[in-house]
Amino acid sequence: MAVEILKEKYRSKVGEVVLGATKDEGGTRSHTITIGGESALPFLHFEGEIPNRPVVAMEIWDITPEWNPCFEQYFGDVYNDPAAWAKKCVDEYGAELIQIRLKGADPDLGDASPEDCAATVKKVLEAVEVPLIVIGCGKSEKDAKIYAPIAEAAAGENLLMGVAELEDYKPVTSACMANNHNVIAQSPIDINICKQLNILISEMSPAMTSRIVIDPTVAALGYGIEYSYSIMERARNGALQGDKMLAMPMIGNAGFEAWRVKESNISEDEQPGWGEQEERGILWEATTAMAYLQSGIDLLVMRHPEALKVIKNNIEDLMKDNSY
Amino acid sequence: MIIIGERINGMFKDIAQALKDRNPEPVQEWARKQEQNGAHYLDINVGPSSTEPVEAMKWLVEVTQEASDLPLCLDSTKYDAIEEGLKICKQPAMINSVPAEMPKMERVFAMAAEHNAEVIGLAMNEEGIPKDADSRVGLAAELVATADAFGISPDMLYIDPLVLPCNVAQDHGPEVMRTLREIKLISDPAPKTTVGLSNVSQGTKNRELINRTFAVMAMANGLDSAIADADDDELMAAVAAARIILDMDIYCDSFVDVFKQRNR
Repeated sequence: MAVEILKEKYRSKVGEVVLGATKDEGGTRSHTITIGGESALPFLHFEGEIPNRPVVAMEIWDITPEWNPCFEQYFGDVYNDPAAWAKKCVDEYGAELIQIRLKGADPDLGDASPEDCAATVKKVLEAVEVPLIVIGCGKSEKDAKIYAPIAEAAAGENLLMGVAELEDYKPVTSACMANNHNVIAQSPIDINICKQLNILISEMSPAMTSRIVIDPTVAALGYGIEYSYSIMERARNGALQGDKMLAMPMIGNAGFEAWRVKESNISEDEQPGWGEQEERGILWEATTAMAYLQSGIDLLVMRHPEALKVIKNNIEDLMKDNSY
Repeated sequence: MIIIGERINGMFKDIAQALKDRNPEPVQEWARKQEQNGAHYLDINVGPSSTEPVEAMKWLVEVTQEASDLPLCLDSTKYDAIEEGLKICKQPAMINSVPAEMPKMERVFAMAAEHNAEVIGLAMNEEGIPKDADSRVGLAAELVATADAFGISPDMLYIDPLVLPCNVAQDHGPEVMRTLREIKLISDPAPKTTVGLSNVSQGTKNRELINRTFAVMAMANGLDSAIADADDDELMAAVAAARIILDMDIYCDSFVDVFKQRNR
């Protein structure tokens, strides 16, 4: 007698979010990127559809960052020029999107004006044709001032902007609502706050429900990756079981997290047993990112060109049909 | 828990009057109100005094569907009225209800199969409502077996263990709870369960408190749905809270609102 293989049936699926806009759609991107839409757990092609492959963005800053010296050889010549930096990431390293972090707006790091921030974003938009993610400096008082001018300057481009947090979600959400951009809803590895924040954003405008990308906050390998994993797993299970307020695609800053831990940064001289520093860092970032692919991430933001290469290959493998 | 909104019923004066005058306003207002407050189905009952139940049912179905996209639960002892109603339902409906009696089961399951409708099966027969859980479960099993013969999967069935008012038949309470648990063991997939919630509080003081207490206790014993007053905010809040405690929904601070808005 033939064995009947039991497959999980899900009631619902993750919503899709489109990033970027072509000329016909009012923007200047050469193409758009759609994320989300899964109707099964990650890469279980035999139980549902994974209609859109996860995509990989590279992170750039508007000021010269104090990153590990190993990045010098890749970005040293463009650190002071975000437009050239973005172009290099796309043309040479294969970034599918660019995420610009406007660190220079930080009052302690140059205090760039809202107008300067908007101009920087415009320049990056002119330099590359891929969809863009724009993140504030991380100081909410200042960020509240820069979102609206950026959203206006980039009207029509269908940006992904962030970040909205529970205590401070209105400025960036309003800016996105007014100019039809998408918003990153960030919660501190907490499923209840994740859901509540999505509800609050949806209450501001029901149309924003399909413009939210969840940032569940990802930790680096060795720094709580299992907590992030379990939150993402609950969110995704909730989405597949019909919880609309968790049915959004997810973004994770794997590069940012992996490159701020000691395992990626301590030199071989200090820890001879740990092996070569750059290779170690690449592996730390790639391994972190791989774990999040398995947890359902739709959009990874990475830093090292070699780690990005590893991850793009990994995504290719995972997207091979395994249905039966 | 699936809430079947009970308010469009000719037992209520405003609906009876609306039926008499063929005035859609009160019906449609209740349809919208119940949907807004989180009902998942709308019960449609022409009431006991209707002299033309078939025509009345058709009219109620039509005007309700103009105001709400919710699926309907056609509630009548006149199966001709239900059948005519099923023909004009825009989406698969629920039939309310059939006891474990022949030939009623044959009639109802045949039309359920034809119209892809779910069915509320009552754990009673010609002899009335049993007092103990074992007899109720026995009747539930008869309903499941007969439905199966008509090609209706057990999970298209909502078994109502039948609850009596708590001031009349207090000893039925624990039996109903046990019935709810044991119904789930009858088949795989298991039948679903439902209750006419406000029956438990007929003729008592503080009906809402008794209703919602019964609702959460029954949920803990596996109750899937209830025919209830979706306009009772405290009841809906208690159901939302019970869903959190039972790990059926992921908690968030707005959990009551989210439960009410889950249809939208």
